[in-house]
Amino acid sequence: MTDIKSQNVVAAQKMGGDNRYKSNNVELRKLFFDYSGLIPFFLFAAIFIGLPTGSVIVNAFRGNSNEWTFENLRVAFGDIYFTSLTGSIQLGFTSALTGAVTGLAISYGVAISGKKKLQRVVATASGVFANTGGVPLAFFFIAAIGNYGLVTIALQKIGIDIYSGNFTLFGFSGLVLVYLYFQIPLMVIVTYPAIEGIKNEWREAAVNLGATKSMYWRYIGIPILTPAFTGAFLLLFANAFAAYATANVLTSGTIPLLPIQIGSLVNGNVVADQTNVGMAMGLEMIIVVAVTMGGYIYLDRKTSRWRKR
Amino acid sequence: MRIRARSGLLVSGIASALVASMMMAPVQAADSSTATSLADFGGLAGLEAKCKEEGQLNTIALPRDWANYGEVIDTFIRKYPTVNLDSQNPEASSAQELAAVRQLKGSNRAPDVLDVGLAFAVAGAAEGLFAPYKVATWADIPAGAKEKNGLYYSDYGGVIAIGYDAKKVKVAPKSIKDLGNAIYKNQVALNGNPTSAGAALGAMFAISEAAAGGGKGVTSMKKGIDLVKTWKKAGTFLPVQASSATVANGQTPITLDWDYLQDKYAKSSAKVQWKKVIPTDALIGGFYQQAISKTAPNPACARLWMEYLYSDQAQNLWLAGGARPIRLEAMQKKGTVNKKYFAALPKLPKGAQVIYPTVPQQVKAREVLAKEWGKLN
Repeated sequence: MTDIKSQNVVAAQKMGGDNRYKSNNVELRKLFFDYSGLIPFFLFAAIFIGLPTGSVIVNAFRGNSNEWTFENLRVAFGDIYFTSLTGSIQLGFTSALTGAVTGLAISYGVAISGKKKLQRVVATASGVFANTGGVPLAFFFIAAIGNYGLVTIALQKIGIDIYSGNFTLFGFSGLVLVYLYFQIPLMVIVTYPAIEGIKNEWREAAVNLGATKSMYWRYIGIPILTPAFTGAFLLLFANAFAAYATANVLTSGTIPLLPIQIGSLVNGNVVADQTNVGMAMGLEMIIVVAVTMGGYIYLDRKTSRWRKR
Repeated sequence: MRIRARSGLLVSGIASALVASMMMAPVQAADSSTATSLADFGGLAGLEAKCKEEGQLNTIALPRDWANYGEVIDTFIRKYPTVNLDSQNPEASSAQELAAVRQLKGSNRAPDVLDVGLAFAVAGAAEGLFAPYKVATWADIPAGAKEKNGLYYSDYGGVIAIGYDAKKVKVAPKSIKDLGNAIYKNQVALNGNPTSAGAALGAMFAISEAAAGGGKGVTSMKKGIDLVKTWKKAGTFLPVQASSATVANGQTPITLDWDYLQDKYAKSSAKVQWKKVIPTDALIGGFYQQAISKTAPNPACARLWMEYLYSDQAQNLWLAGGARPIRLEAMQKKGTVNKKYFAALPKLPKGAQVIYPTVPQQVKAREVLAKEWGKLN
């Protein structure tokens, strides 16, 4: 009897175990179905971001006969290529700062205008402009304000020569100008929600408590907007830091920039055996962008705290 | 056929095997991928038959508007209509060509034949990526223009010429030094970044030669860069990359580029009247190199393509595109060169020696450029 009873208990336990197992299985399946839509995304990210990043990092430490070495990094940080790191940082910083200040002003103006139609037009246009880049963008500017551009010639007819002074489309200042074409709209897209999130009630409350306009901005407006602004600035910096094709067409490498140096090492027609030095510079870029984006994510979290309410 | 074969399967089988072995025995190579000349196929007909069996040829990095490659390809297709020619990634760089050979090894999509810059031919040969093969016209290729075992050999090339749009440039430049003259303000451009583009590096060699003189240009890149700096100060030099679009738009009315790459500028717009002159103060030349991939999926067609490229027919097609084919001199002697196309080439000064920068000179010059070019502004 006891034997049979214990057997039953064992059987029951088994069944229970099976049941638990089953319910786990169902949960897993549910989990799978809930997230299955993300599979293409993860696959995509793994193939086009994960694998290349891994291969860049590994190859940065490999010599031409596949041995491990620090030589590539030494050359990448050496005097030939170091100026391209500082050049890229300079260009990223200048275009990000100019773009961020201008973009914030536009966002603010559009937000307080209260005109829904204007807001929609600006949002849509910003989406389009922010995604324009590469060789076509360079040609937009050459066709418009190049030496023989439409705008240049039209201005010359009314007596204004934009090339009479120091301006050139094909140098640092030209690049900053061209980059603003996508930097300003990106700033508008990123900061608009934060500005919209500033509640009128806060201002009313501040005024009721006796705050002046400048006090309101100093103690409420600016502190709330600072993380949004800084975060967006970092995003803009990374955006310009990594841009390649536009700068390559406009300056042919006469402005030292990391992406252009990398391009000429890994994808050129001139030098055959320095691909891995290019990879080492790629590693530099990955580190700079990772630090920048880490800062962006941290600040974005701070900003969204205000948005939730 | 089939019925007859069935009736006497064994007999005819043995007979045909015998006949085949008798025909091929003296020249039969193990397989096409180790054949090093036409003799291994028993002549051109044997090679053509092998290629037709494969029925496929993969080329890479052959832009249609580059040295008339469009017509070179079309003529091959007309000659061998049963062979499917797959012209992959026409805009690829030499670096991408070698990468494709390495990465696609074993795939039937891998490139069979390559057209690369000299530095990449040397690097690829050292890496063991190429199969040796000597075309039937091997003797016509000058000794300095071929790897002695046939791993790679020059195909077509040209010299650096000053190209200009006669509609915009009223005073024709004659020498490279002329380009610093303020009358050419905002007009002079190269075809890209000299640390990565072969044509732009060639132009920089020409500028160095103009600055240093006496054939010393190939070893004094710094002087060339300094000369460009004075152009920047004078305002004549634009760092923008010249292309058909910038020429049509009028942004780059003067370029320094290989002579054979400038014909497309003439066609870029009806408003453009493109002319080219060989500068009087620098004569820099450069050739591209052909090679067969060691791991070519279609080894017979790869070799047939080479035989075709080095035949009078294809060499004259390159000439039609304004490029100088490597057999030009031999064909002139034999009288097989197309006189009309030849007459259209820009004339080289009589008795002048064209300077061809070597690979070590290119590597050294590029190092100087990598360091100094970014400080131009």
